[in-house]
Amino acid sequence: MKNNMITVMKKEFTRFFTDRRMVLTTLLMPGIMIYLMYSLMGEGFKLGEEDGQTQIYVEELPDSIRTLAEETDMLDLSFLELEGKQEREEALEALADGEEEYHLVAVFPENFDALVAEYSNGTKEPAPGVELYYNSSNTESQAAYQIMTGLLDSYESALANKFDINAGDKEYDLASEEDLAAQIFSMMVPMLLITFLFSGCMAVAPESIAGEKERGTIATLLVTPLKRSHLALGKIISLSAISILCALSSFLGTMLSLPKLMGGSENINASVYTVKEYGLLLLVILSTVLVIVTIISIVSAFAKNVKEATGWITPIMIISVLLGVTSMVESLCKTEPFWFLIPLYNSVQCMTGIFSLEMNLVNIIVTVVSNVCYAGIGAFVLTKMFDSEKIMFAK
Amino acid sequence: MGMKELLQVQNLKKTFKISAKQQKIQRTKERTKVAVNNLSFTAYEGEVFGLLGSNGAGKTTTLRMLAALITPDQGDVLVDGTSVVKHPAEVRGKIGFLTSELKLEEFFTPNYLFDFFADLHGVEKETARRRKQELFGKFGISEFAEVKVANLSTGMKQKVSLVISIVHNPDIIIFDEPTNGLDVLTAKVVTDFLLELKEQGKTIVVSTHIFSLIEKICDRVGIIIDGSMTVCDSLEHLTEEKSLEEKFFDIYAERAGESYEK
Repeated sequence: MKNNMITVMKKEFTRFFTDRRMVLTTLLMPGIMIYLMYSLMGEGFKLGEEDGQTQIYVEELPDSIRTLAEETDMLDLSFLELEGKQEREEALEALADGEEEYHLVAVFPENFDALVAEYSNGTKEPAPGVELYYNSSNTESQAAYQIMTGLLDSYESALANKFDINAGDKEYDLASEEDLAAQIFSMMVPMLLITFLFSGCMAVAPESIAGEKERGTIATLLVTPLKRSHLALGKIISLSAISILCALSSFLGTMLSLPKLMGGSENINASVYTVKEYGLLLLVILSTVLVIVTIISIVSAFAKNVKEATGWITPIMIISVLLGVTSMVESLCKTEPFWFLIPLYNSVQCMTGIFSLEMNLVNIIVTVVSNVCYAGIGAFVLTKMFDSEKIMFAK
Repeated sequence: MGMKELLQVQNLKKTFKISAKQQKIQRTKERTKVAVNNLSFTAYEGEVFGLLGSNGAGKTTTLRMLAALITPDQGDVLVDGTSVVKHPAEVRGKIGFLTSELKLEEFFTPNYLFDFFADLHGVEKETARRRKQELFGKFGISEFAEVKVANLSTGMKQKVSLVISIVHNPDIIIFDEPTNGLDVLTAKVVTDFLLELKEQGKTIVVSTHIFSLIEKICDRVGIIIDGSMTVCDSLEHLTEEKSLEEKFFDIYAERAGESYEK
């Protein structure tokens, strides 16, 4: 009788791992897709930065602005002189039409530098005006507009230079590379991780319980001497293991591609964490998956079929994603241990703590212990449900 | 009879709640339905007991209670002395139960499923191997032992279900409509196997509405009408004057007071 839990687990593993389609769609594809998607997005951002030589059509470009643009290393501006009104009209038309090479048309008054030098703040005379034409529906034009206004602001500030901010060569941002990586990971990864864990469980648990109920195969198990508790535990443990693998695939995809998403920054990588952080994270993940699988299993056992189960589980998944967002809102990040009795919220907060390198061991213990207790209660409920003819044979 | 009472069914009663939806369908205001009412019978060692009744008479509910799949509201069933109410898991280990409602996981092969259920029943590996060889050979399952159940025909699936239900070589076998939906050839294979089990001294309870099957394999027959055991007698005695079919409709008309077409 004791081995029956193992027998159920073996069957679940065989069912999953010998089904190539299932392994591909739930185990390999999520990780690969996330890696490719984030990497491509990162490449896209980089390409935007590299390729984007800003084309500015300019009338009466003053020497001061040209020199300032040349001195500013980060700007890759190409000034193209416009001769006469007709050329200006043509450039404006091309800009309005969203033509690729036309990002901005800047019109300076004749002798701009002299006019600026002559102008005094106290007079009622209007200040020399610069006209910047751009097309806000075109991303590159919008960017060109911001670059040019920034350049002109710098020029204006330079004219009345009373003080400088961070003009020296010192390192003014005191955050270490580790801090930067920890901050980015702690904001993004807990929400992604809880979503991946839930998705992983969703991919296997409803099919295994509601699916078996729908197809009548669970009744075939119930007429054997198999204990209901063995069936419940066998299902929960095996589904948890499979769900963790599914989540791990997504997690690896995210961790490997996150630096690429962040513009190829070499500083943002998971090497800032030690074995201790990974160990604690694993504990939190294991206990979280147990809770999620138990919740999904109970809902699936209530449902008459997979469709109904998925319908009921979707709102729970939305709640879990919302709880994941709490990692991004500081006011929602509580530190008192009793908050860590709330399932899923506790997992998100623990993950945030671990990723930000500010973990509280007591809260992690409260989380893991309470999650295991919830999973135990859930397994008991599931056992009772497997025993209930009303639930198992409802039509 | 002098034989061992292997299955004692004592005053079984089972009531189901009728949902609002079902009330509308059945055009009734009743909130409950008595599916089985004070039903008793005994099956002796080595005999085949047939349960005969129309659809909805309570045959399947009775068999489900016998198989410890559902719990009776009242009464008990003693399977070789073990109470279904008190020790359901033990009873499940003593019987073999086959019904069309029990399905096999289509992803797996007959070979895998046999080993899996043998494992659940605690059959030793070597014993299971020998039994698989014997049963697979008898039913011709060896030819498609490695084909997924999803790719098998209805008849093949029923053969696999039958074999799996007796993987642990039980002494008491309960079959609910064993030949339902089968082609004539597969139905014959199943009927012949039931006779073979009978020869082996197994106690079999079989529910069906096929008179010829009852006449062919049963020693005694119980006729269930509206959840109650109306007649329980030997086949020989029941068919002394009339055929089983004629006798059944006479009893049915007398008890249910309903008209029917012969």
